[in-house]
Amino acid sequence: MRLKEIIRLLDAVVITNSRDSEAEIEWACATDLMSDVLYYSRGNSVLITGLAKQQAIRTSDIADIKVVVFTRGKEPDTQTIELSRKKKITLLITPYSMFTACGKLYEKGLRCCPE
Amino acid sequence: MKIDKTYEGSFHIVGGDFSHAGEASTELKTILLSAGVEDEFVRRVAIATFEAEMNIMIYATAGILRYTISPEEIRIIAEDMGPGIENIELAMQEGYSTAPDWVREMGWGAGMGLPNMKKNADTFRIDSVVGEGTKVEMIIRR
Ligand SMILES: Nc1ncnc2c1ncn2[C@@H]1O[C@H](COP(=O)(O)OP(=O)(O)OP(=O)(O)O)[C@@H](O)[C@H]1O
Ligand SMILES: [Mg+2]
Repeated sequence: MRLKEIIRLLDAVVITNSRDSEAEIEWACATDLMSDVLYYSRGNSVLITGLAKQQAIRTSDIADIKVVVFTRGKEPDTQTIELSRKKKITLLITPYSMFTACGKLYEKGLRCCPE
Repeated sequence: MKIDKTYEGSFHIVGGDFSHAGEASTELKTILLSAGVEDEFVRRVAIATFEAEMNIMIYATAGILRYTISPEEIRIIAEDMGPGIENIELAMQEGYSTAPDWVREMGWGAGMGLPNMKKNADTFRIDSVVGEGTKVEMIIRR
């Protein structure tokens, strides 16, 4: 799914982005548990999480995740925003809950990282 | 930097310091990427090292992360001064965690860290002495 499609479907606010909005994102991973991200995710995915903290960005950088979405309109602190900018991770905020955000993306064909 | 010989290095990790958590693994990842090794290999190394780094940061007072990069593989040794692990078999189980609340609030404590290191490493070894510390040794081949 294209990045711009993700942004549109989630009515997301773009906090940081250094990526072409036409970029293709292959998979999605949704969790608040960082070790689950590291265990189950693939590179070039979007992470949907309620953990609006630096840890989510650090973990995504390690796991080659390109796009991070914070759910329920959670605002990250400045360090978190700085880190995502430095790591060239696209950071989005969606007003939707994790369940709804996942449902919207799934409906349009985005799928979970295969195990 | 092309990997034509052996490179060694180490990082010191301070327990309880979430603000710098992951910096050692991030730096190692940068070193490997600049050496031009395959992304998938770098990803496995970064994940295994990050889990080891986080465990030191969370459970130990201090620790050291040492690496040896050679053309065919990387060896990582994560050694800490900490409480040690009483029952290693139990700690290795997926989902087992003793992480306290302050750690869970930061997204850790799924009980997947050690299984994840084992999954990404070709050779995985863990030794621990209660009251002294823990040593994890991993070899990841390209
Ligand atoms: N270096 C260590 N020193 C002391 N105890 C440790 C150490 N590493 C792991 N443990 C113990 O083993 C348990 C399991 O570790 P593991 O990394 O698999 O999961 P976790 O750290 O609890 O959660 P996660 O890694 O998924 O965030 C820990 O909860 C802790 O009790
Ligand atoms: Mg752990």
